[in-house]
Amino acid sequence: MAGVLRSDTGKGLILSAPATLYVGLLVAVPLCILVAYSFWTQTYVEIDRTLTWANYQEAFTDPLVRHLIIRSVAIAGAVTLATVCLAYPVAYFIAFRTKKKTLWLLLITIPFWSSYLLRVFSWKLILGFNGVMNSALISLGLIQEPLTFLLYNEFAVVLTLAHAWAPFAILPIYVSLQKIDRSLLEAATDLGCSKLERFVRVTLPLTVPGIIAACLIIFIPTVGDYVTPALVGGSQGKMVANLIQVQFGAANNWPLGATLSLLAMLSVACVAILFVVAVTALGRRIR
Amino acid sequence: MTKAFRIPWLLVYVIAYLVFLYLPVLLLPLFSFNDGTIVAFPLKGFTLKWYAQLGQQDTLLQAMVNSLIVGSVTALMATSLGLFAARAYVRYRFTGRELSEGLVMLPLVIPGIIVASSMLVLFISVGLKPSLTTVILGHVFVALPFSVSIMKSAFDDFDQSLEEAAFDLGESVVGTFRRVTLPIVAPGIVASLLVTFTVSFDEFVLAFFLSGNSPTLPVYIWSQIRFPAKLPNTLALGSLLLMSSVLLLLIAEYFRRRSTQSSD
Repeated sequence: MAGVLRSDTGKGLILSAPATLYVGLLVAVPLCILVAYSFWTQTYVEIDRTLTWANYQEAFTDPLVRHLIIRSVAIAGAVTLATVCLAYPVAYFIAFRTKKKTLWLLLITIPFWSSYLLRVFSWKLILGFNGVMNSALISLGLIQEPLTFLLYNEFAVVLTLAHAWAPFAILPIYVSLQKIDRSLLEAATDLGCSKLERFVRVTLPLTVPGIIAACLIIFIPTVGDYVTPALVGGSQGKMVANLIQVQFGAANNWPLGATLSLLAMLSVACVAILFVVAVTALGRRIR
Repeated sequence: MTKAFRIPWLLVYVIAYLVFLYLPVLLLPLFSFNDGTIVAFPLKGFTLKWYAQLGQQDTLLQAMVNSLIVGSVTALMATSLGLFAARAYVRYRFTGRELSEGLVMLPLVIPGIIVASSMLVLFISVGLKPSLTTVILGHVFVALPFSVSIMKSAFDDFDQSLEEAAFDLGESVVGTFRRVTLPIVAPGIVASLLVTFTVSFDEFVLAFFLSGNSPTLPVYIWSQIRFPAKLPNTLALGSLLLMSSVLLLLIAEYFRRRSTQSSD
């Protein structure tokens, strides 16, 4: 026994045990309770512990639930696409066109060291009917009437989240660009590739791991985002997290809330796995 | 390459992107000094009254105290857990290391609403009423990945032969850790404390679900956002919070760099 404790395995396991147990227990135990709740029902404050499929039936038959889950996945997809496309040139610039990489990386991350809630709140003020954007455009004489399509719709949600997740796209893509062996690029040029061809056939494929990482790290939490749809989404931009919160709050139907949480988690996992499988298959075909 | 002048489109794009990134962060402070109750151009004039009014609001001060308590305890707990785990990951090769590392990073990618709802259900099931304690337990969970990754990079650059030397010179295990290891990774610990504090200080969704009747600052701000009359005060409070977060994290960044200086 003492021998085991002195070995690397023993020491490593003991030192990492508190953190591992903490996270492990707080993932596994609530998940089990959530599953249990999803088979129970609630009348006012009483939890009825008879096992039933009623919550799942309700979730699958209610068009609102289906609609919100599909919309959440669609919005998260749009956010992921927009964030990665907007961020790619910036990562490219930092990796290839500047010497002051550390300074640029710092510049890009500073805004995200502030409260997420406040940044979303700020977008609400920018995009509002009498807000910053409209009043600025009117005082510049560019428009006569305030623009109404800015706030309380899917556009506002996608824009706000594309802002919120920017560094999570820039950093992984930057890392994969930085890893590219520069002699490969020279070789492509020597073999007669134009700049565009070189980018499409050499640079872009080599950054696919960074792009996949960025997509997953943005997509997964975005599906369950609560603050942005609640503040800038209006009724058109509500997402599944808002419905979950209502079940745990005003509607006081925890079993249904638990069911919705589990369904949201399952849809995220399915889409993420499909995405990775599709990209990997596509990668093989190109080769 | 021709030397004729070309518009550097990429640079123009990157600068436009930076404006997009900084716009919402700079806007709150700008309008918090504006002598008017609506957030729109043109600006009406400079005032500090919105800041001055903050000091008189008792619920706000109570929320601030709550946040400071939650942030400090979270920082201490997450950093202690992270310190030992990171030490194990960097120093020892053991079965289950990758599994453990992956698990500890998991809180980063679980959607906030799912963490929040499942923890609420857990705490109620074991008889813990929503309170600052439950918020702390939740915040340690989400702050842990930050602490582990900062401490890992601090230990990465740590020269093991220093510990061995201390050992050979007759120090005990605990003595070596206290007198050699800790002082060397101290900048990493400071960085981790500051970052985990800020993560907790800014966190909203978990606190919203778990704080019960003792709101933290972000939960308080959330309750104020609904009232247009309170908007200027919310802006002032928000600006203070933004600036303190950025300041804390810049200091953390300074310490983090010091802890990994040898590799830079």
